[in-house]
Amino acid sequence: MNWQIHLPALVLAIPLLGAFASPVAGLGGRNVRNGWMIFISITTTAMCLLLLQKVLADGTAVYVMGAENWNLTLPSGLSWPIRIILQVDAFSAFMAVVGSIAALAGAFFSLSFMDKFTGLEKFSALYFLLVTGMLGMQLTGDLFNFFVFLEIASVASFGLIAFWRDRPEAVEASFKYMIVSTLSAMFILIAVGFLYGRYNAVNIAAVARMLHMGYAEKIALVFLVVSLTMKCGTVPMHMWTPDAYAEAPAGVTCLLVGVSQASLYGLFRVCFSLYGASLGSSVIPWTIIVMGVLSMFIGVTMAVIQKEIKRLMAYHSVSQIGYILLALGVGLLALRDPQAMADYGFTAMKGGIFHIINYTMYKGLLFLTAGAVYYAAGSRNLNELGGLASVMPHTTFMFFIAAAAIAGIPPFNGFVSKLLIYQSTFAVYPLLAVVALVTSVLTLASFVKVFQTAFLGPAKKKFANVKEVPGSMLIGMSVLTIVIIALTLFPTWTLSHLVEPAAKALVDQAGYISAVMGGGL
Amino acid sequence: MNPLSVVVRTICDVFAWFIGIFGIYIIIHGHLTPGGGFQGGAVVATMMAFLLVSYGGKKTLSFAKTGLLSAMETTGLLVFIGAGLLGITSTLFFNFLAGQGGIFGAAVPIGPNSGVLNSAGTISVMNMAVGLEVIGGLSLIILYMFKGIRLFDNASESGETGHDR
Repeated sequence: MNWQIHLPALVLAIPLLGAFASPVAGLGGRNVRNGWMIFISITTTAMCLLLLQKVLADGTAVYVMGAENWNLTLPSGLSWPIRIILQVDAFSAFMAVVGSIAALAGAFFSLSFMDKFTGLEKFSALYFLLVTGMLGMQLTGDLFNFFVFLEIASVASFGLIAFWRDRPEAVEASFKYMIVSTLSAMFILIAVGFLYGRYNAVNIAAVARMLHMGYAEKIALVFLVVSLTMKCGTVPMHMWTPDAYAEAPAGVTCLLVGVSQASLYGLFRVCFSLYGASLGSSVIPWTIIVMGVLSMFIGVTMAVIQKEIKRLMAYHSVSQIGYILLALGVGLLALRDPQAMADYGFTAMKGGIFHIINYTMYKGLLFLTAGAVYYAAGSRNLNELGGLASVMPHTTFMFFIAAAAIAGIPPFNGFVSKLLIYQSTFAVYPLLAVVALVTSVLTLASFVKVFQTAFLGPAKKKFANVKEVPGSMLIGMSVLTIVIIALTLFPTWTLSHLVEPAAKALVDQAGYISAVMGGGL
Repeated sequence: MNPLSVVVRTICDVFAWFIGIFGIYIIIHGHLTPGGGFQGGAVVATMMAFLLVSYGGKKTLSFAKTGLLSAMETTGLLVFIGAGLLGITSTLFFNFLAGQGGIFGAAVPIGPNSGVLNSAGTISVMNMAVGLEVIGGLSLIILYMFKGIRLFDNASESGETGHDR
């Protein structure tokens, strides 16, 4: 019995405490508030890393909130769990680490970036509430709690996207996001209602154990898939992404990228762990694959023509989400056939999960560099920017790393995950791999455009007084840069020590169920 | 918003107290009857709407202390998470007060009974914390929404600071 058994709860309790105590920290002035924000972010990230280490060493961790004992999943011989249960397998812990690193970078970046604005204790409270919501979605083992944490994350995002409330565009973006989120949250509630009506349980493992495909289950599945793909911004439900990502302050956008991954996590938890083998036909896998392909292609073609730097990047995140959906859709397609799984399915899942961490890191970094350009030069319009490389060398370097990674230029981490995706999707249907390749080329083209117009070229007179951004913003960006370089240098280690356990945990539905339900019944 | 007639104001003087007490009743009986911290807090916060309607904006804003309401909100939240964290020797949110005696931990007799008020342990504490939070938060929301209406009446009122482009 050591304190590490409480890790799943602490990962949620620490940012929640950070959010609730932010107004108090705000009373102490600027330094106390900033110190509190950094302290909570670093502690949360450290807890997530410890949790990942524990899960990789000891297998799936469960935690029963409010019980006499942390592992009392089935109290007094009941046959189904009644309390709130956190269930953390390798995939959940992996996602929590990814999200918390994005949150750490965003927090560092926001210190200087938001310094000249008022209401910062509320900013920090909402920021940590969003972190709590994101981590809660990733750690919970309970469908209804997933909905609750999704709502927490959504409500915090509304406030953060509209934080610059005197910008009409920001208020509009927040309102659009509010409608989309509320709609998708209601869909999830309806789906949970269907499953609860059928099985009298909301615990994912308990429902998965009893699940038999019928009309109610099919309706619930459709509601869940639609709402969660809507929340992570796939075509044709991507219209909120460019607005929300472009208008939120840059540090928040970095975190929002992590939050959209939490919805993606929910989608795959539902498909693999809740329905899994009983998914039956290949309609849902193909739906996910088609949505992925559409997102990839439409996202990138919309991105190429954008002139505003953050909007351009936001459309790229639509297209990158497409890669992940494509890869994990192929994995889902192969789920029922062990031979197909061994041939290409597992490679696709490894590629998809590796792409999740790559995408979050480089996309977060790209949004942060865009924020840095906006902070220093005061413009986000590519037609006005130019020649910033000489005055902002550090930002330029980090932008170059991130752009090379997202475009999949060979030594970088984006190349590794994309290669895995090309290889495996080619085995299913060659056209999928072709679309993925074309998307990658267009991604490269549009980032060459950004790099060329914003950073290269002769120095403009207008930007003669532009200086490199302050230290805390550079620290925020370097956190992500270091992770990208580490992933670039050690792809094999990452694949075998982080990605493979996560992919195995996702495929292993029986293991997910037995961690809560035991041998039981 | 102008003050209403003396009839309305007198009725408000009398009934505002009943609203407050009813809301606190709902908060304290959260574990026995329908309702709880949020619902009771919302009832208490309607007191603010009641005052705003009957006494008008100027007078209400002059005595409603937003700093105090914010402090109530923060205190409620901190008590809530604190009560959760204190149970961490067993698990987070463990009800460590239940069945321990004292004002929160009376034992509940087995069999049909009308409910024991002081038996719920940390659940009562959390209901009160949530109640405090919701009273502060919803009252603030009502006040800010009222100030928002006035922004359109009088544009110079807008004290937007720092949110420049």
